[in-house]
Amino acid sequence: MVGSSKMFQIFVHVIMILLALFCLVPFLLLIVSSVTAESTLIQNGYSFFTTDLDFAAYEYLLLDSTSIVRGYGISAVTTVLGTVINLTITTLFAYALSRKDLPGRTFISFFLFFTMLFNGGLVPSYMMWTQVFQIKNSFAALVVPNLMMGAFYVIMMRTYFGTNIPDAVIEAGRIDGAGEIRILLRLVLPMSLPILATIALLVGLSYWNDWLNGLYYINDDKYYGIQVILNRMLMDSLFIKNNAGTALGSQLNTQVPTTAVKMAVAVLGAVPVLIIYPFFQKYFVKGITIGAVKG
Amino acid sequence: MNEHHIGKGKELRKRLARYIPLYFMLLPGACYLIINNYIPMGGLVIAFKNYNYSKGIWDSDFVGLKNFEFLFTTQEAWTITRNTLLYNIAFIVVGTLFAVTVAVLLGELAGKRVKKAYQTVILIPFLISIVVVSYLAYGFLSTNTGFINNAIVKPMGKEEISFYSSPQYWPFILVLVNIWKGFGYTSIMYYATLVGIDQSYYEAAMIDGASRWQRIWHITLPGLKPTITIMTLMSIGKIFYSDFGLFYQVPMNSGPLIDVTNTIDTYVYRGLMELHNIGMSSAAGFYQSVVGFVLILIANFTVRKLDSDSALF
Repeated sequence: MVGSSKMFQIFVHVIMILLALFCLVPFLLLIVSSVTAESTLIQNGYSFFTTDLDFAAYEYLLLDSTSIVRGYGISAVTTVLGTVINLTITTLFAYALSRKDLPGRTFISFFLFFTMLFNGGLVPSYMMWTQVFQIKNSFAALVVPNLMMGAFYVIMMRTYFGTNIPDAVIEAGRIDGAGEIRILLRLVLPMSLPILATIALLVGLSYWNDWLNGLYYINDDKYYGIQVILNRMLMDSLFIKNNAGTALGSQLNTQVPTTAVKMAVAVLGAVPVLIIYPFFQKYFVKGITIGAVKG
Repeated sequence: MNEHHIGKGKELRKRLARYIPLYFMLLPGACYLIINNYIPMGGLVIAFKNYNYSKGIWDSDFVGLKNFEFLFTTQEAWTITRNTLLYNIAFIVVGTLFAVTVAVLLGELAGKRVKKAYQTVILIPFLISIVVVSYLAYGFLSTNTGFINNAIVKPMGKEEISFYSSPQYWPFILVLVNIWKGFGYTSIMYYATLVGIDQSYYEAAMIDGASRWQRIWHITLPGLKPTITIMTLMSIGKIFYSDFGLFYQVPMNSGPLIDVTNTIDTYVYRGLMELHNIGMSSAAGFYQSVVGFVLILIANFTVRKLDSDSALF
């Protein structure tokens, strides 16, 4: 019995290790290829092994190509700003909605929830943002459409407030003469750090990874975030060469290591997420678990 | 009588006054939802109009069902519906089997730390943007420099495969990429349910001498059944929608693949941004919104019939 159980454990570990490799191996291909010499890549293709280390692609991207560094900046500012705004709006809405005594609560819940069931889709949204709000080629286009608040996260947070903050706490705050804002800031939020961290992480991730707003609303490369640059480089093979803006790039136009650059730029797009992830990992798993429970 | 009435009104006003700060808190979110979500819903009327940029949505000429007539006489209307539905069905079936298996395996593992480690790793693909995923796919599939052609196809003495112009491979590639990116997330969702199964069932089964497979079959899987049902029904509710990035970006918007990669979402995008055919594009978008809505209602109705606690509304 014990023996067979041990065998079984080994069997499960083998499968799980294979699955883990399944998840990681593509990244290995990406990383190794990005540090392989261009000539080797052209000859042997992308590979998991290299004897021919060469960081020319990164040198080019970080020193010669201004667009990558700026793209990083744009993505970082968009992510921070978007996350702060989203978290503020979401928290305020979720807190008010979590108050069971709020008159009109059913209607407001429906008003929120309906947006998850029905939507106008791309065409009307695009028309509205570009024709009415004129956000094409502006920084607002990266922050405002679609990502600034979502019903799903509001419901997650409302559920958390509703189940983890006892009514007595709010009542006590009121008896002490605190206003609603004060109750929220001083009593409720300090008890809600896990959900705030979880939602901040999820929202931050969706801003960092967003390339759709850039694709729809931006064609001025001044506002290209890192994901949009990635998209352009993949779809348009001339983009890398055309963006060799600085002296070196334009002089040595033909020597841009485009094959390696393709992989290096993808590494640069993924790295910030992979670095931050271990620190937030537990909140992330928690977020998925809370999301699994109905709001 | 009158006095009493006034008193009541005053009381109500006083009661509401207490909530004014809460309504103010709702205000920014409510404004955002109206602009970002509700106005575009109204904008769906564009599907019944001959859109003219200089006139705008409201003043463009009304053309009735013309746009829909055009859309549904094309072969594409059928293709995009078929692709969207079939890919989603494949994702649901394969994805669920895969995720449930992984969740059960995670549950059978001894050792908390190692479980955590596996969970951490299988979530990594979920964190990556679909654009980066396209690069990963490109690294494997590229004709000249791709790993598959250089490391497998050529050494076998065969001619290299031009993946980005060979539609026959793409149904498999897209399902594989979708599973790769999403299975960690759904596995952990199922695992969370599995952890919540009452341990006393397992203890009783141990005493009765049930084998591992019997325990999985008779306790774990029935315990997961409600979650599987609900997740599946929710996916069926979204069966008319597709991940735009997966179908547009991963195949690199390649023309020869369009027959197997075009879904409603990519069709709407191309109609709007590349072909500037607002009529067809908005008709397809309307078709998606309305059928999608009906499907969600049906899915929820079914969930409520099966298990009223799990229904969304």
